[in-house]
Amino acid sequence: MAKLTINGAPYEASAGMTILDVCQREGIHIPTLCNHPDLKTQGICRVCVVDVKGSKTLQSACGTPVSDGMEILTTTDRIRKARKTIVELLLANHYTDCTVCPKNLNCELQSLANEFGLTDLRWKERRERTLPQDDTSPVFVRDNNKCVLCQRCVRACDELQGVYAVANLYKGDSTIVGSAFNRPISEVVCINCGQCVAHCPTGALYEKYCIEDVWKAIDDPDKIVVIQTAPAIRAALGEAFDYPPGTRVTGKMVSALRTMGFDNVFDTQFAADLTIMEEGFELLGRLKDALADGGKPSLPMMTSCSPGWIKFQEHFFPEYLPNLSTCKSPQQMFGAVVKSFWARKMNLDPADIVCVSVMPCTAKKFEAARPEMGTDGDQDVDFVLTTRELAVMIKQAGIDLRDMADSAFDDPLGESTGAATIFAATGGVMEAALRTAYEVVTGREVPFKDLDITPVRGLDGVKQAGIALTGVKKEWSFLEGVELKVMVAHGTANAKAVMTALRDGKLDVHFIEIMTCPGGCLGGGGQPLPVSPEKRLARARAIYEEDSESVHRKSHRNPSIARIYDEFFGSPNSHLAHELLHTRYTVRGQY
Amino acid sequence: MLRETLLRTLDDLVGRYGKARENLLPVLQDLQAEFGFLGEETINEVARAFGLSQTEVFSVASFYHFLNTQEKGKYVIRICRTISCDLRDKANVLRALESELGIKMGETTRDKKYSLDYANCMGTCDRGPSMMVNDRLYADLSPSKAVDIIRSYR
Amino acid sequence: MARKLDVVFSDIEPGSALRAALAMTPSDVIGLVSRSKLRGRGGAGFPTGIKWDTARRHEGAEKYIVCNADEGEPGTFKDKNILERQTAKVLEGMAIGAYAIGASEGFIYLRGEYKYLVSDLARKIGEMKSQNLIGPDICHEKGFCFDIHIKLGSGSYVCGEETALLESLESRRGEPRNKPPYPAESGFLGRPTVVNNVETLSFVPHILLNGADWFQQFGTEKSTGSKLFSVSGDCGKPGIYEFEFGITIRELLKEIEADAGTKAVQIGGASGFCACADDFDKPICFEGIPTGGSIIIFNKSRSMFRVLKNFVEFFQEESCGQCVPCREGCSRMLEGIEKFEKGKGSSKTINDLLELSETMSLASKCGFGQSVPNSFRTIASKFKDEILSAGEGELWQS
Repeated sequence: MAKLTINGAPYEASAGMTILDVCQREGIHIPTLCNHPDLKTQGICRVCVVDVKGSKTLQSACGTPVSDGMEILTTTDRIRKARKTIVELLLANHYTDCTVCPKNLNCELQSLANEFGLTDLRWKERRERTLPQDDTSPVFVRDNNKCVLCQRCVRACDELQGVYAVANLYKGDSTIVGSAFNRPISEVVCINCGQCVAHCPTGALYEKYCIEDVWKAIDDPDKIVVIQTAPAIRAALGEAFDYPPGTRVTGKMVSALRTMGFDNVFDTQFAADLTIMEEGFELLGRLKDALADGGKPSLPMMTSCSPGWIKFQEHFFPEYLPNLSTCKSPQQMFGAVVKSFWARKMNLDPADIVCVSVMPCTAKKFEAARPEMGTDGDQDVDFVLTTRELAVMIKQAGIDLRDMADSAFDDPLGESTGAATIFAATGGVMEAALRTAYEVVTGREVPFKDLDITPVRGLDGVKQAGIALTGVKKEWSFLEGVELKVMVAHGTANAKAVMTALRDGKLDVHFIEIMTCPGGCLGGGGQPLPVSPEKRLARARAIYEEDSESVHRKSHRNPSIARIYDEFFGSPNSHLAHELLHTRYTVRGQY
Repeated sequence: MLRETLLRTLDDLVGRYGKARENLLPVLQDLQAEFGFLGEETINEVARAFGLSQTEVFSVASFYHFLNTQEKGKYVIRICRTISCDLRDKANVLRALESELGIKMGETTRDKKYSLDYANCMGTCDRGPSMMVNDRLYADLSPSKAVDIIRSYR
Repeated sequence: MARKLDVVFSDIEPGSALRAALAMTPSDVIGLVSRSKLRGRGGAGFPTGIKWDTARRHEGAEKYIVCNADEGEPGTFKDKNILERQTAKVLEGMAIGAYAIGASEGFIYLRGEYKYLVSDLARKIGEMKSQNLIGPDICHEKGFCFDIHIKLGSGSYVCGEETALLESLESRRGEPRNKPPYPAESGFLGRPTVVNNVETLSFVPHILLNGADWFQQFGTEKSTGSKLFSVSGDCGKPGIYEFEFGITIRELLKEIEADAGTKAVQIGGASGFCACADDFDKPICFEGIPTGGSIIIFNKSRSMFRVLKNFVEFFQEESCGQCVPCREGCSRMLEGIEKFEKGKGSSKTINDLLELSETMSLASKCGFGQSVPNSFRTIASKFKDEILSAGEGELWQS
């Protein structure tokens, strides 16, 4: 325990805390830019400098650990001057077109300029757009003219995702962020997760909008435009309308979408329940093959809902592609169902249906465009909006989400269970799968209080759990006494660790859930900015609340799911289900 | 450069230094000494050997002035640009070399034989002006002496 | 009158200092070095004893000692000469340090420009191995093993900063780290690591052989011992000199035969301070004008504007580019200076740049960025007229 003073007042802090940690805990404002709670400290923007008694120079608050007896000042004249000069230096080398910048009013550099009341830039004329933009990614654009070299994208890509698609290149004033040989991002390994975008403080990284395409479809009288929204949206969209993080806005969102002119407002969660049926039975099938039939199926089986993870696997561990569940993601299952089952039911030509999805994710844009995700050139999902894009569209439509009354999703593809809601959180797919698989095998509910499988919940990077299968039904007798071992990881850097352990023969599990982004989909690259661990926790809380309040909490109890098998697919993993709901993967390699 | 030669050399180097991340720089330095520069194929193969992304390897290589990620001349001539050499008439040495080679500072001759580049202090400030040709150091230069030295590299 | 000395380049009986150290406990060796008040000769002047003691006390199965031979400060060439002429003594200094802190491995981080020294260094290491002064069970001391590896830099000035050096040693970009933790606590691969300059290490054997009192009789209260100076520029006898700390600039100028026409002396290289005639009675030492050893003399014919521009160009290229004050500051400073060349600079420009300098020296991440403005501040204050009139007439008379 260290005793220290800040601006003369005494405080205590535990060893290992930085000056910034203590100031933030005590509500003492310190401006920051390169610092991000998700990332390792870099200490390079220097806007957080403070005065520490006994030190000739100023110290970064983010990079300086506290020590006993430390005397810290945070508002002296030389601090103010230094911080202001630093912001001036940043702005002088930042291409400034704020009013038409995607980050307008949501830009940390803009906020800093505002905070320091800058009215003039010394030393340099305003920077022009001298560098080309890289728009070769299918999901985002990099504009280095606006990059402040804070390395947040670099650290997110390396530390959170284990991809290292971008880094600082060259040195000195030639330093830029980019990929090997300063080639376009399309020529290196990128999984489209958008964590770089989500961690960028300026407009140097932004997702590719498809807002205009969606408006055009809505305005086309010949098109039936259906929209599906992923579970993570309802727990985060409110942030763009000044609701505190973790506020559920499901009903308001549905009303807004209807007001905007979508013909049918559906729920991706319907397809999440469908995924549990397909994936759960796929797992049981592989276990049966291994334990009863003496086959050698690919185990452990791995979830396939998260398109960043899929591409990660295709690049980094292609030898394990057979371990991936063949199930399409809920987004893609939904699109396939809309353009087959629902089209038939409604007597519509699939070609007249435009399927739009709202996803917390940038990788979903890439997933929807994969050639295998459609029939005869008609993609299952036509346009993918991120949560941020949806917020923009709602505002463009002149709607204040706060004014909306609650309303419900349309039937039948709007009906879902709590098991589907928790797909948004890390561990949620696993929990939903266990709720169903355990009951299918034993005829009893999972042995956890209120169905909450807590060992797979929470924000630990890698989680592990086991459920003993006893008293199983006769047809599953080969599972009697087996402990079903599962593992959950989120953030592909954690996935990399899991996969490496697996490759080294150090893992003994049956089923692995991987979500690409920190916290799962609720921390996705397309969610409202800025991101932080606290926000992810709040969103997760909202998700689990929605689950516990749901009428149905097990996917196999979704009445609409029972009906679609009755009326259309027959049974899980049927021939038709395979044709429409399952997919295949591509070996891509790393080099 | 033949791919086979590259792979064999790389294999030897990784064998000698080890595959740990901290051995990347010596491997890059030796590859450059062997092949003159670190091109796309080289960076790619080094990344594979160390299990790193190409971007990470390039990021390291491009930081260091002496590691070339673009092809340079067989002989890289580096003129000291520190003030001490400047005081001793470095400018005329440079002019003589530029005129001898027909290139400007920062350029490479068309036959890829010579590149002209600056370097910082070479530690011969009391005997400047100085230059290096690849790893070899020359001090006490005069314009004609510098040209004679360059001519000896053929 | 400060004494001219010949310690660094004087020979010692190979192994004698190491044997003297091994006869003591590691903490007694550190005590001796601490009492000598030996300070780092690379420029920053950190007490060597404290560095060693921190590393010794810090838990860690593996510890390292690194010889910083990344002598990159413009105008410095003393370390190269030491490595050429007193190789064994430097290696012996490393071995003594290794014994003191409990390291079994050491590195010489040699700047890429000095690659031609590698073969001689390697040969010397081999020789000392055969003399049982490096390697396993050194001087028949059971369990004291110490090996030295040579690592090359690749043309980056900032790698002379000890944490950037460690990054480079780990094959990363040479970008300085946050301090604390200091290298002696967490250095190479996160393990306790002492980084000492070549010259510092070359004094260690002499201190072991002659004692702390002997060392302290030279120099000043806070800057004990002697110091090598690399002298270049406008003087009769450029080269390397060893004087005790506290020598005045005037005394030094006399020794090196600089004539009465000396206008300015740059002390400490591009990152150092410019002294004019008014300063010539100031002492060179850590409590006076500090230096890593670079002394560059300018006579009356030289344009101090051109000198300044040369320094700032150097910094602009050599900044690692990591932190904002240094990266952006260097570029803006160079732009400001180019304004004068075009006749567009004014007193306001100088004032703006002085304010920029203040932020660079206060807020930059490492000592490199913090010292960038030293030359601008001193040259701009002492030769303001030359800066303001830079746009007029000839830039350079030689």
